[in-house]
Amino acid sequence: MAKRLMSGNEAVARGAWEAGVAFAAGYPGTPSTEVLERLATYEEIDAHWSSNEKVAFDEGMGAALGGVRTMVTMKHVGLNVAADPFMVFPYAGTNAGFVVLVADDPGMYSSQNEQDSRYLAKVAKVPVLEPADAAEARAMAIAAFELSERFQTPVMYRTTTRLAHTRGVVEVGERSEAPRKEFSRQASQYAIPVYARFRRPELEEKLDRLREFAEEFEGNVIEEGDPKVGVVSHGIPYQYVKEVAPEATVFKLGMVYPLPKKKLKEFCARFDTVYVVEESEGFIQQEMASFGITKLIGKERFTNIGELSADLVAAGLNGTPVADDFAGEVAVLPRPPVMCAGCPHRGVFGTLKKLGLLVTGDIGCYTLGCLPPFNAMHTTFCMGASIGNATGFNKAGEERVVAVIGDSTFLHAGLPSVLSAAYNRVPTTTILLDNGTTGMTGHQEHPGTGHSLKGGPAPAVDYEALIRSLGVEHVEVVDPWDLEATERAIQAGLAHPGPAVVIARRHCNLLPEEKAKERTAYRVDPDECILCEDCFETGCPALVWQDDLPYIRDWECVGCSMCSQLCPADAIGPVEEV
Amino acid sequence: MAVTNVLIAGVGGQGAVLASELLALAAVAAGHDVKQGEFHGVAQRGGAVFSHVRFGDRVYSPMARCGDVDFLLALERLEALRYAHFVKPGGTIIVNDHKVEPIRVADQRPYPDEAIDFLEAKGFNVVVVEATGKAIELGNHRAANVVLLGALAESLDIPQEVWDKTLQDRIPERLLSLNQQAFAAGRQLTIS
Repeated sequence: MAKRLMSGNEAVARGAWEAGVAFAAGYPGTPSTEVLERLATYEEIDAHWSSNEKVAFDEGMGAALGGVRTMVTMKHVGLNVAADPFMVFPYAGTNAGFVVLVADDPGMYSSQNEQDSRYLAKVAKVPVLEPADAAEARAMAIAAFELSERFQTPVMYRTTTRLAHTRGVVEVGERSEAPRKEFSRQASQYAIPVYARFRRPELEEKLDRLREFAEEFEGNVIEEGDPKVGVVSHGIPYQYVKEVAPEATVFKLGMVYPLPKKKLKEFCARFDTVYVVEESEGFIQQEMASFGITKLIGKERFTNIGELSADLVAAGLNGTPVADDFAGEVAVLPRPPVMCAGCPHRGVFGTLKKLGLLVTGDIGCYTLGCLPPFNAMHTTFCMGASIGNATGFNKAGEERVVAVIGDSTFLHAGLPSVLSAAYNRVPTTTILLDNGTTGMTGHQEHPGTGHSLKGGPAPAVDYEALIRSLGVEHVEVVDPWDLEATERAIQAGLAHPGPAVVIARRHCNLLPEEKAKERTAYRVDPDECILCEDCFETGCPALVWQDDLPYIRDWECVGCSMCSQLCPADAIGPVEEV
Repeated sequence: MAVTNVLIAGVGGQGAVLASELLALAAVAAGHDVKQGEFHGVAQRGGAVFSHVRFGDRVYSPMARCGDVDFLLALERLEALRYAHFVKPGGTIIVNDHKVEPIRVADQRPYPDEAIDFLEAKGFNVVVVEATGKAIELGNHRAANVVLLGALAESLDIPQEVWDKTLQDRIPERLLSLNQQAFAAGRQLTIS
């Protein structure tokens, strides 16, 4: 077998391909995104971006029932969107292997919350596998499909940001085709609402059989060591344990739900104290406590907030203090992410700040609009919430409120809220930031871009026609680089007595076709500059102080002209003109 | 072989992740077990980005512990300060002599122009490299990451043939020559 360097995400995809997956669907969400992108590179796999995670899950259920091995991918909050089918599918059980990859984000590197998906799996009564490195990620993907077909159950394949984004050495294998399994048309098994009461006991029986399987699953292993130090761990935290306590006896769980009760009880009987080292919540610890196992030390020492590290695990096991950085001695300034130079969102947020509007926001790069210099986003919760929130503020009597939502997010979860506002004649004003891509997760295609995941052409949504068809009469398109026009359009939207949508349309500067365009950088004329600092209201990273003057870094400037539009002294212009 | 720990830090868009991937690929090709863990939120948006590369006989944790890093490669001076506490006492910090002002927030202290002096006073072996200057000379400021990697290569036991092949395999054809020159220039900067 060949050795390759692969990220956890790549290795999951490789394993799924080797397992014979024929269909895959998902919606982008860090840190899960690259799994589906990688699955799409295999010609044997029919892979596509769905409009949201629930749709991906529904499509995946259909494919698996229809007889082909299927993987659906999403981040933890994506599973919330897909929670409806996720909770019901187990009542039926699958036909061909069905694995839902769910990537949690301890530390919230790119998420709005920390959410331990193992709990959702327990509610759904679905088994959970979790690998500890890229090599296991490949092997466990294959095991997940075997488990799914053996018990005819959907399987949750849980990863975390660290697993997803860590590269390691993987020995790869070849693909085994999984022949299509015939679907038997038995409403008594698959028409759940009618037959749920009959299916319900079977779900418990299946869970009991999964509990027995956990006792024999080869991914649950005891690594013998010091007979005095017992540790139970899983996934990435296992690596931290091995790093800081290589001598310990470790029970490593590859299946984190249901747990091998008998084996864990036997293991714990050998030690005075057993450390349970797990990231996020104390799920394993709570399960073990429910088995009647006492003398466990877990969340008392290993925080449930943020990501663990080898240093934090050492602190919990041995009391070794965690070293401080040098921020107490020298100015280690924060470096928050910023909108790029010439980002079209800047024009909208500069205008929103100027107008002093209340802004309900959404999930995307534009969430950065809540930061200085704009401070022009006042609520952000989850995909699609902006529009419903604005409607609600309107109901509470707030008239100067707008919702701001990106194109991919709008198609994911914004449409029903526009429909509700239109249906109920609420004068909700929505600004749709149409930058022609799913920006924050790294430029994935979506139903508005005209391309599919596999790269082929696809029909592109006609936003204006779509939104009008929902019952919104006032729809206006504007170029957000044109600050005057943007202000006029937002004011007109607010003035309209019914629901209004302003489409701020300009492609993300990081798209390859945008990058390839010839750009003329702008320049500050030092003789004309009056040092008013108005240009800094753009918050543009190409604009810096140099020798006590505003200075535009020409290699970063894309020539959007927004700083020039703000300059009262006419001191900023294209390089050749100033 | 004991595990070698390298931390590569920079500003989103500077290529810290690519540099660490190249190092990880070279270490695999040289026969090591490798883990490379990268940390980025919305990385393309100018935030701080860093990546750990660890290689040796057997590597567990994807990130090194504080005080265990042998080499810190910083593509920007403030980013060297941000992660210097990971470096072992007397360890090496190879820093690009380059400044990227972070976005200004209210009441912010001025940029720490004393970064290099501070790190030297802490007893680290600080190697200042004009990586961005050299990259601009070669025709593309974005090659600073590979200049820095070349500077590191002088201290690692990975043969030049392995580096050559790694660059060839990983870098797109149109940028290969630029990156080969950047790598060689980085090596040269540390030798002289």
